[in-house]
Amino acid sequence: MSERPASGPALAVKVWRGRETGGFQEFRVPRQANQTVLDVVTWIQRHLDPSLSYRFACRVGMCGSCAMTVNGTPRWTCRTHVSKVEQGGVVTIAPLDNLPVIKDLATDMTVFFDKWQRAGGHFKPPEQRSADFVTVPPATRERRAADAGIECIGCGVCYAACDIVRWTPDYLGPAALNRAWTLVNDVRDAGGNDRLAAVAGDAGCHACHSQENCRQHCPKHINPTAAIAGLKRATALALLKGRL
Amino acid sequence: MTVPASRLGSWRKSAHPSYVAFLVHRLSGVALALFLPLHFWALGQVIAGTASLDGFLRWTEQPLVKLAEIVLVMLLAAHFAGGLRLLFLEFVGWRDWQKTAVAAGAGFSLLAGLLFLLNVAG
Amino acid sequence: MSVATTSARGELRLWLAQRASAAVLALCVIVHLALITYAVRGGLSAADILARTRGSVGWLAFYLVFVAAVAVHAPIGVRTVVREMTPWRGRSLDLAAAAFGLFLALFGARAIWGLFR
Repeated sequence: MSERPASGPALAVKVWRGRETGGFQEFRVPRQANQTVLDVVTWIQRHLDPSLSYRFACRVGMCGSCAMTVNGTPRWTCRTHVSKVEQGGVVTIAPLDNLPVIKDLATDMTVFFDKWQRAGGHFKPPEQRSADFVTVPPATRERRAADAGIECIGCGVCYAACDIVRWTPDYLGPAALNRAWTLVNDVRDAGGNDRLAAVAGDAGCHACHSQENCRQHCPKHINPTAAIAGLKRATALALLKGRL
Repeated sequence: MTVPASRLGSWRKSAHPSYVAFLVHRLSGVALALFLPLHFWALGQVIAGTASLDGFLRWTEQPLVKLAEIVLVMLLAAHFAGGLRLLFLEFVGWRDWQKTAVAAGAGFSLLAGLLFLLNVAG
Repeated sequence: MSVATTSARGELRLWLAQRASAAVLALCVIVHLALITYAVRGGLSAADILARTRGSVGWLAFYLVFVAAVAVHAPIGVRTVVREMTPWRGRSLDLAAAAFGLFLALFGARAIWGLFR
């Protein structure tokens, strides 16, 4: 990573160290041109403190691995320019909310992906291998609904932003429910009523109060609020038809 | 130090309209739920006689009570408007005019309060 | 054999009841808001109210529907708030919410009957 120094006083960077208990450690980081928060974290780890733990991969806004809480907001650090978020020359970096902390800035995403499974967030093929291919016209209502949500890469930002996840630990969360909705709308999928049962109740879609923190923070501009509202309709219909 | 709040830093659920709408809806709902028993008691005063109800109504003529009534009207109007937005969102579907709907709800609440004030002061 | 767990179906029913009562309340509230805004003109007296409600089957029916809807809507809402914001949950909270609903229904009906009679 080439460094191009920029003018201005050094950044004061507060970084969370420890697990659920711990504290913020302050570092002074020289400014660079087009500096992102991920650049800052990497510079600290390479020049100041090799014991700092954090997670990243692509560093170009494709994988979602670098998601952290920056000045109180969950975001991708590789796509967050320091100049956009610094407050009086100070940047505060913490791990994502609502997830157990492994160390420093790295969280344990096991529960996030477990909930994905619990919400029926996986494709269920139909029983017969000999069945004909299903035609899926891209302009149908179902396909457009599915397409609106399938770009999710499981970064966890929506999950970290959601109040309901914080208040109701069993809540499956916006990402898992959004994925379930894409599959409810996938005409090839055979998940049917089992999936609707999985997303019903107050661990499921009915706990959502449409605060839209998820949609507000999603780096891919996905709309879990809309997906969850769709699940509410689908489950209500299933209940009224005696299928639940 | 401990506690998740220490990781959060500032209040990050910044005041985006849908979140404010949620707060207003929740607070107004709780306030109205708490008010209802008082409301039913007040109206039930009629059972003790017309004079009893009149006595209570005279008590409500005080400026502070009238102010409270205006606030209650606004809370009811806000909860109603927010509820309409949610019913549409949940039963018809999400549309991209959420912010507008929230603003319209706030406007409706203000209008209701204003109309009530004008009628009660006149 | 049901697909969903009892509790998931139960929560779904509560959610549905809350939305259904909300729809009824939407109509009741708009009428009520209009009425009270009009009624407070020139001061409110018992005579004013009774002139409208006494012997009126229409207003009796309207307000009984209103109270019934409120008695469903308010307790479910308050139960959700309590479950999310306090440690209280489970059977005891459910019973308390149901009791609140019953109380609203009876206390409200009492007032309405008093105004009708």
